[in-house]
Amino acid sequence: MADFIVGAVEYLSKFIFFIIAVLVISPVLTWVERKQSAVMQDRIGANRAEILGLRMLGLFHALADSLKLFTKEYFVPKGADRLIFHLAPCISIFFAVMGFAVIPHADTLIISGQPVEMQIVNLNIGLLYFFAVLGMAVYGVVLGAWASNNNYALLGGLRASAQMISYEVSIGISLVGIILVYQSVDLMEITRAQGDLLFGFLPKWGIFLQPLAFFIFMAAGIAETKRIPFDAPEGESEIVGYFIEYSGMGFGMYFLTDFLETILIACLTVTFFLGGWQAPFIDGWILQTFSDSTFLGIFQLNNFILTIVQFLAFVFKVCLVIFMMMTIRWTLPRFRYDQIMNLGWKMLLPLSLFNIVVTAIIVYFIG
Amino acid sequence: MLETVLFFALALLAVTAAIGMIVHRSPVYSVLMLIITLFSIAGFYVLLNAPFVAAVHMIVYAGAIIVLFLFVVMLLDLRHESDRFTLTKFSRVLAFIAFLVFLGEAILLVKVAFIDGGLDIGLGGQVSQLGDTPSIGKLLFTAYLLPFEIASVLLLVAIIGAVILAKQNLKPSQ
Amino acid sequence: MPIEYYLIVAAILFSIGVLGVLTRRNAIIVFLCIELMLNAVNLTLVAFSNHVQNLDGQVFVFFVMIVAAAEVAVGLALIVAIFRQKETVYVDEINLMKW
Repeated sequence: MADFIVGAVEYLSKFIFFIIAVLVISPVLTWVERKQSAVMQDRIGANRAEILGLRMLGLFHALADSLKLFTKEYFVPKGADRLIFHLAPCISIFFAVMGFAVIPHADTLIISGQPVEMQIVNLNIGLLYFFAVLGMAVYGVVLGAWASNNNYALLGGLRASAQMISYEVSIGISLVGIILVYQSVDLMEITRAQGDLLFGFLPKWGIFLQPLAFFIFMAAGIAETKRIPFDAPEGESEIVGYFIEYSGMGFGMYFLTDFLETILIACLTVTFFLGGWQAPFIDGWILQTFSDSTFLGIFQLNNFILTIVQFLAFVFKVCLVIFMMMTIRWTLPRFRYDQIMNLGWKMLLPLSLFNIVVTAIIVYFIG
Repeated sequence: MLETVLFFALALLAVTAAIGMIVHRSPVYSVLMLIITLFSIAGFYVLLNAPFVAAVHMIVYAGAIIVLFLFVVMLLDLRHESDRFTLTKFSRVLAFIAFLVFLGEAILLVKVAFIDGGLDIGLGGQVSQLGDTPSIGKLLFTAYLLPFEIASVLLLVAIIGAVILAKQNLKPSQ
Repeated sequence: MPIEYYLIVAAILFSIGVLGVLTRRNAIIVFLCIELMLNAVNLTLVAFSNHVQNLDGQVFVFFVMIVAAAEVAVGLALIVAIFRQKETVYVDEINLMKW
């Protein structure tokens, strides 16, 4: 019976993380995009959607968007490959969601005396799993573009996938610096290793130990998810994108993939560079202040409060990074495609290789 | 128990997708069938205590090589092929006989070596930490350092070769 | 799971690859079947590496993957160059050297 309770609570906590990360933050992101851009551009933004007279600052627009996408006509163009046309957006979302499986959102939670790691799957090759999932994200784009039976969509899809595979290389090589510093490929170990303090007051976060890798990862991450300023493949008003033939929920799924990948890159930036779930000086205070007593029959009081605080710290940091990415989105104009390719191959890749060499030399002589 | 079920499910998936790959009319579907086969082979690697190899397999094969295949198939615009097998019926029959001979010999070899007990080379034990990243990393950078460096030179040569071969020679007047 | 099962699956996949190489006319599909054969060999190597409890098999697989990647890059560039000249990818139509 105790085993069953432990299993059920563990499953419930992982489920809650997944629901919050994927199903709660995505609609909120659509609202954030509208409201933040409105605030930055000194206007009000969308605030007309109302339920029973309550406007709620425009939060119901997310619901209105979903309803609109569900009810629009979803038609398949003539000559399109039906199976792949229907399957491509699903493949896109599948791989975007799979990346969330290795993200650690808190330290161990003690349930009935047994420690449970707060990570959906505890893989010892967590980082490589993330690379594999990132590499597979290209398929949703290129298959959807090909299945549309539209030359311009195909060219847009090939453009998008060329950009994605170019920036994957920079993401991978910039993360090798993190592996060198924290000496592990397991995401939970990397987050735990960021708990020490350097010089007594500075937490050993990735952004302090690997600042160059942080900037490269952020730039390459935004380029990988095809957000503005790197959204030449989608184009919107200038050039035909790869999902031109998709309407209704097909387009909705590509749109959702965009936001899910943004959240995934933000979660990974937080995990590698901003300490993950580490709450630097608060965790010691919590462990001292609250007692060890049993809470709700199965948890330990201080451990339970610590886990909740760590999870909230993680969510706060993710929201901070998403806010930064949205600010970049609404500040910079779109880059030209040759500028994007230039940046990926001729600037970010040599910089990340230089980062590895310098990090390796420093780790060899000091660590 | 779970391992047995997984093994047979993955084996069925791999063989079905491989047969689908060689039979299907459209080249894009053949490529997709190969991706399914590669997924199941990655599953086999995980069952065989080789998680690092499984991850690198997905990154290199399914994430890069097959994308390259897809690019070429889509850019050359190869659509449904009605005459996709070798033209003479005799060649097809010969090929099928070669397939049967090959398969029969391989299974016979395995039967004689293992099932009849003629050759038992190792412990056959299960160690869960066999194929993790630090162990393979240590091997790659100590015992196999020379092949590692030669492999990087090989990749450089392949990049240069591919770029030169696929370049279009535009005359100055065009 | 005894090793024979993995070896038999690898043998079946390799044979299917051989059948594909011998029967299909499209050069790209032939290339895909070659990749399938390489993967079957990789599976055999990893199965033996697990059986003998020695990591050398997995390192070998790593190098096979690197060589496969290089070979695919050059091979596809060749196919693209041939397609530019002859407008075909069918192997029995590329017969200029036949006498």
